[in-house]
Amino acid sequence: MDWNLLITQLMNGLQLGLLLFLLASGLTLIFGIMDFINLSHGSFYMVGAYFCGTIVAKTGSFVLGILFGLVGVFIVGALVEWFIARKLYRSDHLDHVLVTFGLILIFDTLVHMIWGASGMAIPLPDVLNGQVSIGTLVLPTYRLLIIAAGLGVAAFLYVLVTRTRLGMLIRAGASNRTMVEALGVNINRLFLIVFAIGASMAGLAGMLIAPITEASIGMGNDIIIIAFVVVIVGGIGSVKGAFYAGLIIGLIDTLSRSYLDDVLALSIPIEYAETAAPAISAMMVYILMAVVLAFRPQGLFPPAGAR
Amino acid sequence: MQLLSTRRGLFYTALLVFLAIAPWVFQWIDQPFYLDLLSRALILGIAAVSLNLILGYGGMVSLGHAAYIGIGAYCVGIPAYYDFYSGWLHIGLALSVSAVFALITGAICLRTKGVYFIMITMAFSQMVYYTFLSLEEYGADDGLVIYLRSEFPTWLSMDGAFSLYYWILGVLLLSLYFVHRLIHARFGRVIVGAKFNELRLQSLGVNTYRYRLTCYVISAMICSLAGVLLGNFTSFISPEMMGWTRSGELIFMVIMGGVSTVLGPLLGTISFVLLEEWLAAITVYWHLIFGVLLVVLVLYGKGGLDGLLGLMDRGKKSS
Amino acid sequence: MKRNILTAAVLAATAFGSGAANADSVKIGYVTTLTTPAAVIGEDIQNSVNLALEHIGNKMGDLDVELIMEDDGFKPDVGKQKTDKLVKQDDVDFVVGYIWSHVLLASMKSVTDADKFIISANAGPSQVAGKLCHPNFFSTSWQNDQTPMAMGEHLNQEGVKSLYVMAPNYAAGKDMVAGLESVFTGEIKGKDLTKWGADAQLDFSAELAKAKASGAEAIFVFYPGKAGGAFINQYQQAGLRGVMPLYSVFTVDAIALPKLQEANLEGVLGSKMTQEWSPDMDNAANKRFVGDYLAKHGKYPSFYGAQAYDSIMLIKSAVEAVGGNLDDKDGIRAALKAVNYDSVRGKYTVGNNHMPIQNFYLREVVIDDEGRWTTKIVSTVYENHQDRYAAECNMQ
Repeated sequence: MDWNLLITQLMNGLQLGLLLFLLASGLTLIFGIMDFINLSHGSFYMVGAYFCGTIVAKTGSFVLGILFGLVGVFIVGALVEWFIARKLYRSDHLDHVLVTFGLILIFDTLVHMIWGASGMAIPLPDVLNGQVSIGTLVLPTYRLLIIAAGLGVAAFLYVLVTRTRLGMLIRAGASNRTMVEALGVNINRLFLIVFAIGASMAGLAGMLIAPITEASIGMGNDIIIIAFVVVIVGGIGSVKGAFYAGLIIGLIDTLSRSYLDDVLALSIPIEYAETAAPAISAMMVYILMAVVLAFRPQGLFPPAGAR
Repeated sequence: MQLLSTRRGLFYTALLVFLAIAPWVFQWIDQPFYLDLLSRALILGIAAVSLNLILGYGGMVSLGHAAYIGIGAYCVGIPAYYDFYSGWLHIGLALSVSAVFALITGAICLRTKGVYFIMITMAFSQMVYYTFLSLEEYGADDGLVIYLRSEFPTWLSMDGAFSLYYWILGVLLLSLYFVHRLIHARFGRVIVGAKFNELRLQSLGVNTYRYRLTCYVISAMICSLAGVLLGNFTSFISPEMMGWTRSGELIFMVIMGGVSTVLGPLLGTISFVLLEEWLAAITVYWHLIFGVLLVVLVLYGKGGLDGLLGLMDRGKKSS
Repeated sequence: MKRNILTAAVLAATAFGSGAANADSVKIGYVTTLTTPAAVIGEDIQNSVNLALEHIGNKMGDLDVELIMEDDGFKPDVGKQKTDKLVKQDDVDFVVGYIWSHVLLASMKSVTDADKFIISANAGPSQVAGKLCHPNFFSTSWQNDQTPMAMGEHLNQEGVKSLYVMAPNYAAGKDMVAGLESVFTGEIKGKDLTKWGADAQLDFSAELAKAKASGAEAIFVFYPGKAGGAFINQYQQAGLRGVMPLYSVFTVDAIALPKLQEANLEGVLGSKMTQEWSPDMDNAANKRFVGDYLAKHGKYPSFYGAQAYDSIMLIKSAVEAVGGNLDDKDGIRAALKAVNYDSVRGKYTVGNNHMPIQNFYLREVVIDDEGRWTTKIVSTVYENHQDRYAAECNMQ
């Protein structure tokens, strides 16, 4: 066993898991509180990356890129809530799926029209482009930063949800919407804020990944499906669930990508194993979701007092 | 619906008459490609009709129906890869494989409701998608080219654009008739009833789960026929046919045409295919128009195109 | 962007007005990728085709050229659908393009069944060079295996003993790896085939960690288009520069380089790749192509563009050889096989399977006089190299 490799892969899995958490935390709140399925949540991820890239190209500062990017996505999220999502809270899920599927097409094409097809590379400051050595272990600095940022946001959300008035309303909303309304809270404003915060977090995930993979059209469309898996596995409306499920799925995905072909090669010819392994690793997360849904439909960590 | 007494009825009658003579019309105006378009539309129409059975009548929103198109298509492609071209074999295989798969996954999916159902159907279809993606022998990502169409006795042959078209039309009409009869039988009343008030039916001692599962399996089997025809039509199959966005498009077609109406889904697919072809020719940004259309349709256009036709009959009694 | 809308509008107009056959024009259908992230390659191809048409004054002999571009959406089934449309509705004389091997494999039968000509300006799957070769199929690119074979040869010469190999999991990716393996004499310590297509895998963290742990001396990759940039990024971030030298094919090109330069990823400077063409090639046709492209678009054309430019010139030579008589299929076929035009890569011929027999060069990433990152030829690896599937093709 190569322990350095294993640790590196665990860190990679952790990083992916935290990115998924950033996406899924907003999704699960919007889902839990407004009962709204937002397939276009991945578009915020994409838009965030492009906003950030544009600012970095103009100012040369990655920090400014992130800050303005967050504000930008917050506004876009608020606009989507105001003009579209708000009209649909009382409709059925099918309408949500259709409208947000349409929004994906709209966002993807708008990005194509504004920024062109070529995608956008986001340069990193030199300090982040290097590596950190811990003993014999060498890790990319930037990936450590993603992990730190993800954990930071998780802590921030934890405080927000458990220690603030807004958080109290969010928790109450996730488990019993009518009660919150009955308390005379301005429900429209609460929804707007939750939606926009969720969008910003998806945007942040996009901004963090873009220096690695570049920003590109449709970059959110596949990861959003995985984020939905995270939401379902974690339990709809549960931020804690999204955190744990994100980590579980991030680790499953990374570890199966790293070790599955070797494992498969024990039983089937190597050339078949090489082709089958990436597909089977991709399938693992869906199998996990199906198993969870079949035996524990409310998810692994449902919010307290959920229906 | 009274076929000739309402404008909607008249429209559909005209549509069906047109479908019956379409190949000759296209040959006359020397546009063989239009027949291709229409064939594709009608194949998707079969899939949409089958989806409408569970989605429209049964209220089961499946985001994984494209998987059955894929299963049907691979039931042509894989035997053909081993030089088995018998059409009956292909159809039999498609019906049985899709039935078994639908029975197993449906039994699990139908334990869930609402958004969970949407997600779990998608999960299963993604598993099928990745399964075929991993099958190196059958082309994996690259897909399979099918060199010969399924073989049938001469009078039923699929060779040639015309005979394939009438095959498609035939299967489509049979599925339409079948779904129509099913919905108006006791079976259909239970399915529709369970969509609105499952508890009441259960308290009457009806095992709604069993009914819904049967409905789900029937729908999958009809859809697999669309897959068999699609494989023969495009003579090329790949896992792309069953990605989750394809399932999304299928839902779009059903909604655009009008859910829970017999002919609405067909109208939806024909419009979808024509619109796609036409918009893509105008601009590379055609997805934008599609997206806006989708949003507007849901926000303001309840009832789809079929509902629009119904508006023409306002004041009159329809269906 | 405006230009694109304009071209699209013109294309749409031609697409709709094309029902009736027009004897005074050569109709060329071009299948490429204009949406999804891979559209960046399609744009380069579109620019080059338009430049070629500009250079020939939109005329081939006495005939006007009518170009119809179609978008394959990076999907084999869509590519096939568009090919059917070009063949049946637009009744084009030549179907050209195809960036992706799997799209070409899906589409080829539609064209050859209708007895029309199909010219690949990029994809070169082994099947088409071998068992599936066809009298009406031609190529202005290469067979997929050739470029990595040249790289394998170079690695042998350099004395590289062991490699880690990464490529996307589709027809061309498998060909590339097979080509390399057929020549490279050292040890391949590990291999990863990653998810490809519209939802391709772009985060290679797990694979790079494996590569590093494998103890291989160098790393070989094939990541065309957008994935190339992403790979180089992560290669540098993982600290592999200087530890595991990078050798690539179709990865570091004129599409990736401007973006890498923007992101200041100096790790790519000096990295080596093999190719049948380079922007610095010293011949009149190439100077005109590269010079005008640079002047018009402010960046270097890629090899995709060069091959697309050549495809138009090849068709022109064939149309002129038969005096504009497009019904003379045998004449056109013979002329296409004669390769009688000034290719931007210099002189080449084709084999019995209609695949080019040509030189392959080793290129290096350098900085040009004006500070732009580009590639320069270092040496010739293969002279007049023929692909290894030609024998499987039963054409003479």
